[in-house]
Amino acid sequence: MTARRRPLGLPVWVFLPALVGGAFVVLPLLSMLTRIEWGRFGALVTSPSSVAALGLSLRTSLLSTALCVLFGVPMAVVLARAQFRGQALARALVLLPLVLPPVVGGIALLYTFGRRGLLGHTFEVLGVHVAFTTTAVVLAQTFVALPFLVVSLEGALRTGGTRYEDVAATLGARPTTVFLRVTLPLVLPGLASGAVLAFARSLGEFGATITFAGSLQGVTRTLPLEIYLQRETDPQAAVALSLVLVVVATVVVTLTRRSRTVL
Amino acid sequence: MSALPRPRWRAGLSRAAGARCLTALTVVLLAVAGCGNGARSDGGSGGASPGSPSVSPRSGSVTEGAGAGGGRALSGTITVFAAASLRKTFTQIGAEVEDAHPGTTVRFSFAGSSDLAAQLLQGAPADVFASADTTTMAKATAGALTLGAPVDFATNTLEIAVPAGNPAKVSSLADLAKPGVKVVLCAPVVPCGQAAVKVQTSAGVTIKPVSEEQSVTDVLGKVSTGEADAGLVYVTDVRGAGAAVRGLPFPESSSAVNTYPIAALKDTRDPALAQAFVAAVSGEPGRSILAAAGFGPPTTQQ
Repeated sequence: MTARRRPLGLPVWVFLPALVGGAFVVLPLLSMLTRIEWGRFGALVTSPSSVAALGLSLRTSLLSTALCVLFGVPMAVVLARAQFRGQALARALVLLPLVLPPVVGGIALLYTFGRRGLLGHTFEVLGVHVAFTTTAVVLAQTFVALPFLVVSLEGALRTGGTRYEDVAATLGARPTTVFLRVTLPLVLPGLASGAVLAFARSLGEFGATITFAGSLQGVTRTLPLEIYLQRETDPQAAVALSLVLVVVATVVVTLTRRSRTVL
Repeated sequence: MSALPRPRWRAGLSRAAGARCLTALTVVLLAVAGCGNGARSDGGSGGASPGSPSVSPRSGSVTEGAGAGGGRALSGTITVFAAASLRKTFTQIGAEVEDAHPGTTVRFSFAGSSDLAAQLLQGAPADVFASADTTTMAKATAGALTLGAPVDFATNTLEIAVPAGNPAKVSSLADLAKPGVKVVLCAPVVPCGQAAVKVQTSAGVTIKPVSEEQSVTDVLGKVSTGEADAGLVYVTDVRGAGAAVRGLPFPESSSAVNTYPIAALKDTRDPALAQAFVAAVSGEPGRSILAAAGFGPPTTQQ
């Protein structure tokens, strides 16, 4: 924060709104801390339902991040490098879940993968049950998190340019080799930050999950759903669990930032 | 030797800078998405708190309106905090009260009873509170928020809700315990979940739900879309849901009758209008409006 030397051309006054903005983000977190009964904290966050919710959240978020990488990387590459008709529209559609309220995403998923949904019947015939399973949670999280990865990575790809790829291609490398040996390593920082954002978004996912997946301990009740439910009877437990979520998110984001030399 | 990788790093840096810009953008978008989430999770409460404070000053200027009404006619504005299940009926009763007393305005904040009680305990300004269960009203009376004793004005019982066509051929409470029948209940910590636990205990049936939802509306949503084969919701919810959902009454429901109490609040700026509204709910036209929506009459023993 306090730079050893002030960066060139940075007016002093920008620090004031920056501080206000920072306080706006940090203050609510601090006031949450003041509401915690530390005597009960340990018992609250280690209750079976809390542990089950945290475990489920971490597992599903990891899975959905993996799915985001699996599908998001090719999507970003296609959007950044290929040229085709309706590309602008395709990009807008891919990014749509960013601006949609998550509940709307949940409803849309319900009408697609639900028992009476567009693909639901096909899935049932194949013996895949999506409704009320952990699969539904992962689908909901992937749906809302995918655009974060695509946006980060597409930006990194565009900023990086195609110089190295062009050189590799003129030296006789096949497209797959260029993609795996040149393109991907170059955008690794962008991919990493995209994956972290996708993970964080999955961890916080609430609306689509409660609409689409339901809520059952150990199966579909992730940490945000558990917090919302606990709030009903035990606000203390809700605050304690919120803190756990904040800590997990902070640790993830900080660790990934520190592990990289740049950014 | 070491001069060679140098330019590469520079290139890496500029890429990183680009990525940083994008990250910033994404974080902003993340914040926007988060806001949407928050609005969802707050439900009606979000509308309540900002709306209510603007009401109080207005009910302070009651006298202007009173002059127009003349005599001891009621006027002014009150805010009613009412359980979400009362939305349709109370809106109707509110309109009747406004018609009966020209110059009055009855405003509502509908949300989960416990949400509303929590808001009241934290000082949200309101004139009347109607909750969906006596436990929540007890919190308000314990906090010395009410003006006089609460009045029980209606009851509600559970009903089995099935999607149109009843795909799992459910006909009794015992059917819900059959394997393969996907049942959705309220979570035991919310009032409708407590009621579901009670009927199961009294009927000696153990239902293994595929989901324990946050509210009746969530249960109803899962049933009306056909995701679930059946759910336990209140009679009035089934009536309000239309053709997508069918209600099946079951005898064991009598073991979990939910009583709705209403009370004027101590901090009301307009006790006369608040009491008039309470009277309209517990007497006529409230009785008939509530009965038409499927609510039962209040039990006398309380």
